[in-house]
Amino acid sequence: MLSLLIFLPLVAAAALALTRQYADRLARWTWLLASLVEVALVALMWTRYVQTPVAGQRIAFETYQPWIPGVGSAYHVGVDGLSLPLLAMTTVVFAATAIYSLKQRDRPRSHAALFLALETTSLGLFAALDLIVFFVFFDLSIVAMYFVIAGWGHGEQARRSALKFFLYTFVGSLALLVGFIGLYVAADPHTFDIVALTAQAPLNGHGLAGGLVLAAVAIGLAVKTPTFPFHTWLPPAHTDASAAGSAVLAAVLLKMGTYGFVRIAMPMLPEAWRRYAMIFVIIGVVSVLYGALVAMAQSSFKRMIAYTSVNHMGYIVLAVGAAGLVAGSDAQARSVAVTGAMVQMVSHGLITAALFLLSGVLFERGGTYEMDAYGGLAGRAPKFAALTAVAAFGSLGIPGLSGFIAEFQILAGSLGSAPVPTALAVPGILITAALFLWALQRIFLGEEHQQLPNSHDVTSLELAAVTPLLVLSLIIGVFPRPLLDVLEPASRTVVELVSR
Amino acid sequence: MMAQILVALVALPAVVGALLLFGGLGRGHTARLLQVVAAPVTVATAGLVLVGALLVALTNANVTLPFLSGGPLGMGVDGLSALLVVTVAVVSLLVLLFAVGEIADSRSRFFGLMLVFVAAVLLTVTATTLTALLAGWEVMGATSYALIGFWWRERERVESGTTALVVTRLADLGLYVAAGAAFAGFASVPALRDEPLLALSRLSELPTPWVHVAAAGVLTAAFGKAAQLPFSFWISRAMAGPSPVSALLHSAAMVAMGGYLLLRLQPLLAAAGWAADVAAWGGAVTALAMGAVAVAQRDLKQLLAASTSSQLGFVMLAAGITASGGAVPAGAMQLIAHAFTKGLLFLAAGAWLTALGTKSLVGLRGAARSYRLVGVTFTIGALALAGVPPLSLWVTKDEVLAAARAQSLPLYLTGLAAAVMSGLYAGKAVAMVWRRPPPHGNAQQVLENVATGHVGVIEKVVLAGMSVAAALLGIVGLPLVDERVRAALGVPAASSVNLGQMGTSGLLAAATVALALRWPQRLDEPRWLLGWLGAERASAALVVRPTLALSRWLARFDDEVLDAAVERTVPAVQRIAARAARIDDTNVDGTVRAVISASQRLADVARRPQTGQLHQYYAQAAGVLGAAVLLLLITR
Repeated sequence: MLSLLIFLPLVAAAALALTRQYADRLARWTWLLASLVEVALVALMWTRYVQTPVAGQRIAFETYQPWIPGVGSAYHVGVDGLSLPLLAMTTVVFAATAIYSLKQRDRPRSHAALFLALETTSLGLFAALDLIVFFVFFDLSIVAMYFVIAGWGHGEQARRSALKFFLYTFVGSLALLVGFIGLYVAADPHTFDIVALTAQAPLNGHGLAGGLVLAAVAIGLAVKTPTFPFHTWLPPAHTDASAAGSAVLAAVLLKMGTYGFVRIAMPMLPEAWRRYAMIFVIIGVVSVLYGALVAMAQSSFKRMIAYTSVNHMGYIVLAVGAAGLVAGSDAQARSVAVTGAMVQMVSHGLITAALFLLSGVLFERGGTYEMDAYGGLAGRAPKFAALTAVAAFGSLGIPGLSGFIAEFQILAGSLGSAPVPTALAVPGILITAALFLWALQRIFLGEEHQQLPNSHDVTSLELAAVTPLLVLSLIIGVFPRPLLDVLEPASRTVVELVSR
Repeated sequence: MMAQILVALVALPAVVGALLLFGGLGRGHTARLLQVVAAPVTVATAGLVLVGALLVALTNANVTLPFLSGGPLGMGVDGLSALLVVTVAVVSLLVLLFAVGEIADSRSRFFGLMLVFVAAVLLTVTATTLTALLAGWEVMGATSYALIGFWWRERERVESGTTALVVTRLADLGLYVAAGAAFAGFASVPALRDEPLLALSRLSELPTPWVHVAAAGVLTAAFGKAAQLPFSFWISRAMAGPSPVSALLHSAAMVAMGGYLLLRLQPLLAAAGWAADVAAWGGAVTALAMGAVAVAQRDLKQLLAASTSSQLGFVMLAAGITASGGAVPAGAMQLIAHAFTKGLLFLAAGAWLTALGTKSLVGLRGAARSYRLVGVTFTIGALALAGVPPLSLWVTKDEVLAAARAQSLPLYLTGLAAAVMSGLYAGKAVAMVWRRPPPHGNAQQVLENVATGHVGVIEKVVLAGMSVAAALLGIVGLPLVDERVRAALGVPAASSVNLGQMGTSGLLAAATVALALRWPQRLDEPRWLLGWLGAERASAALVVRPTLALSRWLARFDDEVLDAAVERTVPAVQRIAARAARIDDTNVDGTVRAVISASQRLADVARRPQTGQLHQYYAQAAGVLGAAVLLLLITR
């Protein structure tokens, strides 16, 4: 069932790519249908997963097929409390982009095929239980996203931004590969299996080697996340990507980095993680403040959102770092922080995907992302204004939406183990509040100061694409238990694994 | 059953409000329908909320909803929150009724936002855990932004909303820190690890140092919301909202919640020690300073806003008193009496603003004469605010002052001076509205709104009702009723009210009001007081502009240093590649060629012994053998 979930989009993509006489309209609807089937599949898996009560971190829907037995690598996939919410978020975001792209006129067939292939790589990565499988999907996602930005981006810079994105994250992935090989070599017997490596923690007791391997893995993940100072590929990539591309890039691809921390770096290298945890805490805090401050200075709506992603991902790094500061703090508080980090991945996925789709709407109305080119848009486009306001308030962490569930737990859970850095990170939520209010004011409020080529309100298609994302964020914000019941056992396990 | 009603108390206005807010967008059929039904639906909802509030207040309902681990959404009603929840429900209903006549455009947005706001306030009042409190607290802030900036076409008003939200959220950060302290503190002591960790009632049990962290966080949050110094200036900007918004935000709801939080968490302040003193002195100083600011104002709404800060100062003062069992009941009564009084005054100001098109004190000369009912009710409210006997705030303020006197004389004297200020500004406002207008009318005034010249029936009824409450609520402070209130609040200590002192302060209030009535123009309006102590300018200079400058500087650093460094690696790599190619051509390839020619020469040398002549081979073999023997001999 899991393999069906992972490869169904790829099958659809292959069908689209290989049959040339596919009508454009049919291609768009095929994509939508496939992505909705994916959502249904994940929903079914979710109900099956929660119906089987087993304590602790349990792997469900496991598949094991020897693949490259010579190096101890297998097609090993499964689902647990860490990956299930991300798989669900991924299918929802892809479905939203599929709805949004029903109006896609530019080569819709290859566009749909590319996104479907991207969906397979994303789902495969989150389900991977083998480092080589993880790495393959990691790199393939970069390749697919390169074509999305280069092929369907706008502006003269699109190809250049795509290349920069590709080279930067690809170099990052090489660091990751070096780290994976380090883990493989240290393991006895040699293996790339994530479950086996987690059980062994092969580099515990090898101080220097553990540190070096962690450095390689962490740099690879930090580039992808991205954290300060490895984030400079993100703003141009977002600015020049299409709305759908940006939504997937921010919502899904960034999570591959943060997910790697909780799936690979923390459980497999606990000793090194604990020793260098303070570095992650500091990088997290710097990313939080730096991302927020730089975002505030942006004049382009899309670049601003891109930088708020650096801020939001910074909270995750802060939380996972704080979870490694074991001495003098309590496991319960630390697992609250990790749970918050996991919720942040889901929440940021939903809200930022919505914001990027809305920025696409903005671009279609005015032909630019420059906020000062607009003003008073709420008069002609009240629904558009309301949707953007809800997404913005979600992003700045107002209770009732998912962002609060994430950031409250991250901050409250991290304060005990890293008091000073966490206290320094708290103003981040104030700066994001200020910058989003300022952005809303510039685009939607005040006098209408110029005639836009078209300023009609959101179409029903745009509404249908964005609303589900925000409704889900609202549901998580008000009724977080179903999500937390899945996440909490998994984050407790992560905290225990780090404490070994 | 009561638990469901308690949940519905928050959920009903929240859901109805959200439906009105979002359903009313655009120009569709539903949207137009909602614009029409928004007002009646809202009043009906507020009526139901009042019934629910009475029910939960009488039964002390309690409920815990699953939310975060360690921090469920706990809601409950005890003595203190029973009083407050009913106050909030009554004042909201009255203000919303008043708004029916006031708000003509975008009704579904206005009433929808107001209902969501009321829901958030009710959640704040009934919260028993920090998560529930923070949820209500922050939604209250967010909706206040949208309400203050309700007329969003005017940039100035939107910026006022932004200022209000950013300043109060700055203070709200304290609650996040307090929650972190609760997690860290309780989890670190196994004996204290009972659920829920984030219960408000347990914060005072926190071990050091966390109890101090939590107290500091709570103090900051409460001072911000209650517009105490140094955060006071946001309330001045908040006057940009419609009058019903000001009436609700600055009477029973948002600002009052700051006072309520400290009253609720008085044990935490007491446990931390210093925090109680900060609350008491911060409140007393704010009461005095903002009282002086109010005296200097020339705009009625600004005067009332500064007075709100000042009156809330007495609540903070009450929350900070630890001597002889504290003064929480007195603070609660002050909060409630002020809620009705100030709601009344803001609504009266709003009625005049609609009818006369101005809220400047000079422009309002004679307003009470032309609009008698508004004038009379306004006067009752103003005299209550001044503490003139026998009106409500006379009693409640005096109770607070009596408790302060029991604790510290300087504290008491500061409070007394603040009370004198309230006499002065109340007298000034009353004097202005009853003055005879200049013979040519107020025509030279620039009007802010179109003057309708009319105050509606509903508005009048609401004003009358509220003035009765403002006048009479003082009885709850009188000894007989006071004991009942104390019993409801679970504070057995005897009332500290002393009749002699009450008489003195009543006379003092009456005298200062008389003074101000007689010579209102003689009250100084120094620039620094008129400008709210320059706090907004100071915060702009000290916080906002440096932050913006830092943000721009960092953005440039990001583009010109960080990104440029990454970009420079590309030509660097290209240069390295070019050099490698050159090395490949000259050096590597050259080495290969050198190796080839060297081996050719070597081959030539190697070929030379192969002469084909047998005797020479024998000689070579002998030589090699000799060398081998020699080597063997040496190595042995």
